[in-house]
Amino acid sequence: MAGDGRPEERGTTYRQAMREALREALRSDDRVFLMGEDVGRYGGCFGVSLGLLEEFGPARVRDTPLSESGFVGAGIGAALAGMRPVVEVMTVNFSLLALDQILNNAATLLHMSGGQLPVPLVIRMTTGAGRQLGAQHSHSLEGWYAHIPGLRVLAPATVEDARHMLAPALADPDPVLIFEHVTLYNASGEIAPSTAPVDLDHAVTRRPGTDISLITYGGSLPKALAAADELATEGIDAEVIDLRTLRPLDDAAVTASVARTHRAVVIDEAWRTGSLAAEISARIAEEAFYELDAPVERVCSAEVPIPYARRLEEAALPQTADIVAAAHRTVG
Amino acid sequence: MSTARAPGTRSAATTGTSAKKAATRKRGAKTRRPADRPDTGRGARRTGLLTAMLRIRRFEERCVELYSAAKIRGFVHLYIGEEAVAVGVNEALGPEDAVVSTYREHGHALARGIPAEAVMAEMHGRTTGCSGGRGGSMHLFDASRRFYGGNAIVAGGLPLAAGLALADRMRGQEHVTCCFFGDGAFAEGEFHETANLAALWNLPLLLVCENNLYAMGTGIERHEAQTDLAMRAASYGMVAWAVDGMDVEAVEDAARRATEAVRAGAGPHFLELRTYRFRAHSMYDPDRYRDRTEVEQWKGRDPIGRLTERMRENGELEDAELARIERQVTDEIDRAVDAAAEAPEEPVENLLRHVTSASISSAEVR
Ligand SMILES: Cc1ncc(C[n+]2csc(CCOP(=O)(O)OP(=O)(O)O)c2C)c(N)n1
Ligand SMILES: [Mg+2]
Repeated sequence: MAGDGRPEERGTTYRQAMREALREALRSDDRVFLMGEDVGRYGGCFGVSLGLLEEFGPARVRDTPLSESGFVGAGIGAALAGMRPVVEVMTVNFSLLALDQILNNAATLLHMSGGQLPVPLVIRMTTGAGRQLGAQHSHSLEGWYAHIPGLRVLAPATVEDARHMLAPALADPDPVLIFEHVTLYNASGEIAPSTAPVDLDHAVTRRPGTDISLITYGGSLPKALAAADELATEGIDAEVIDLRTLRPLDDAAVTASVARTHRAVVIDEAWRTGSLAAEISARIAEEAFYELDAPVERVCSAEVPIPYARRLEEAALPQTADIVAAAHRTVG
Repeated sequence: MSTARAPGTRSAATTGTSAKKAATRKRGAKTRRPADRPDTGRGARRTGLLTAMLRIRRFEERCVELYSAAKIRGFVHLYIGEEAVAVGVNEALGPEDAVVSTYREHGHALARGIPAEAVMAEMHGRTTGCSGGRGGSMHLFDASRRFYGGNAIVAGGLPLAAGLALADRMRGQEHVTCCFFGDGAFAEGEFHETANLAALWNLPLLLVCENNLYAMGTGIERHEAQTDLAMRAASYGMVAWAVDGMDVEAVEDAARRATEAVRAGAGPHFLELRTYRFRAHSMYDPDRYRDRTEVEQWKGRDPIGRLTERMRENGELEDAELARIERQVTDEIDRAVDAAAEAPEEPVENLLRHVTSASISSAEVR
């Protein structure tokens, strides 16, 4: 584990990587504590915090009642008073019960107080669909949060980012939201022992290419990479940009990529209307219009609450084939 | 307020300060059958209760098999052990009454009379499902039976139930809205906001708290500062009783009295039904947080076993009759599974249906 100098295990899962990040944070800073529903005895609804209660005790790994507004708000208060809380909300759909606290307190206290009250808080939650969990457990609302000034919004898409985004998030003096896509937890990868904390201000190129830019984040990254592989077999060399940070957006990285490839497909699991994909497309139009050889394409979820039935759910979500098709339209 | 029929019923903090409420309770009390009068229809009624509970039990046992076979997906929350609650409460409701439920609602749906076929098909994601395959296990709906779902946001159904009750009251309908929710929901603001609204506006609402002692992996003593839920509900100025939720007749009795009072205008009533889920929270739950002996102890209070025993003691249930009931529900479930397996899946072209009332016919899905 990078935290105490031992090499990381090979084949770490995203879930384990996130747990290691939490463990390191709890070990290295006694202001840090974790709270949320079933994070302690149960080990987290997706098993992320398994074992942390045993290691750090119930004062620092706190099970909360089902009171999203209450414990998220309490996290904000504790942050104001000098702690560094990591609050887990089970899913983004449930975070709506705490939206008031996040928007009206966490994101605004610094400004309303004329700069007196920073809120150094991290809120983690799952997002996204793909497991037939229906319309109250499957939405991708990170774009709503990315709309809000005062918040930083992160979407770790790889095992390494799951491992190394928490520390810089905790070092940020302002509220940071971390979105963990529900289909990524079992993904595994390798973590280089010496990886430095992730630079939260910059997007990253996951695959360099020259013909088209596939711009995405979170759970859609594996699909975009698969699409790039498929396009490669046809001689189309796609570049894949992982935004990593959804607010503030790294405009320069997107613009630079489009300046290289002259074509862009934005992949976002949220609904198309008013989405992050819309925002990115607008910025490309504003900042790289004359670089484009084709209109920007978007691959988003269908404008429907995510249905349960398997075929319908699959059809509702961006799939690799949809990305390839959009790329074809762009390359024309 | 406890009766001879309901040995496990503890009369909890019963409040209700208005004279109207007190009068209603008295009237309700008079209409009850004295415990000593012989009840000729009792055996038949008990057979009905037993059949309804067995239908739910066997249905869900089949769901487990189908889940393992990947015919059913998503989150599935079993009601096994808690059947007496749905069945007992449903006995007190009429077809015009409304029901609002949670994600652990197979039992509520079946007790309400939604055919096993429609529920099974829903879990298979088929068009013949009670939600057209759009909802799945956690989102069962049937407007024709005033069954308003199937809500997977903990406590999310409560405000909705208050609104249903409000509308019925405003239109002069003597209907009752019955809202099921768990002990975990008690910690959500939505519960407390609804309880206050309902009491303030004297709404015809029956709040049915299924206290199975756990909210997922968190025991009630670790999620509630005060675990006497009936007492807390009573603090809102509504009548509240704690009832043995493992005794279907105790549940029925309490639900009848409460429903009668609500219907008569006595305002919201709260039932805390003390029960237990025998299985894990959901199919994903490794169930590491409960003591095995605790689970076994509660299994000893199985509501189906208890009613069966009571009926046998009273000569109301022969082995042959029990076998007949088992066959009946098994046949019903077999038919439901077969029908679901053969039912059509919705074509992908229909994806955008039911988003707004003006159904979108476009084949363009994204
Ligand atoms: C607002 C919200 N928070 C968290 C969850 C996740 N969750 C689903 S069920 C559950 C436990 C609920 O317990 P309880 O209300 O007692 O009902 P039970 O499952 O015991 O029937 C939790 C935490 C959710 N569905 N909704
Ligand atoms: Mg419970």
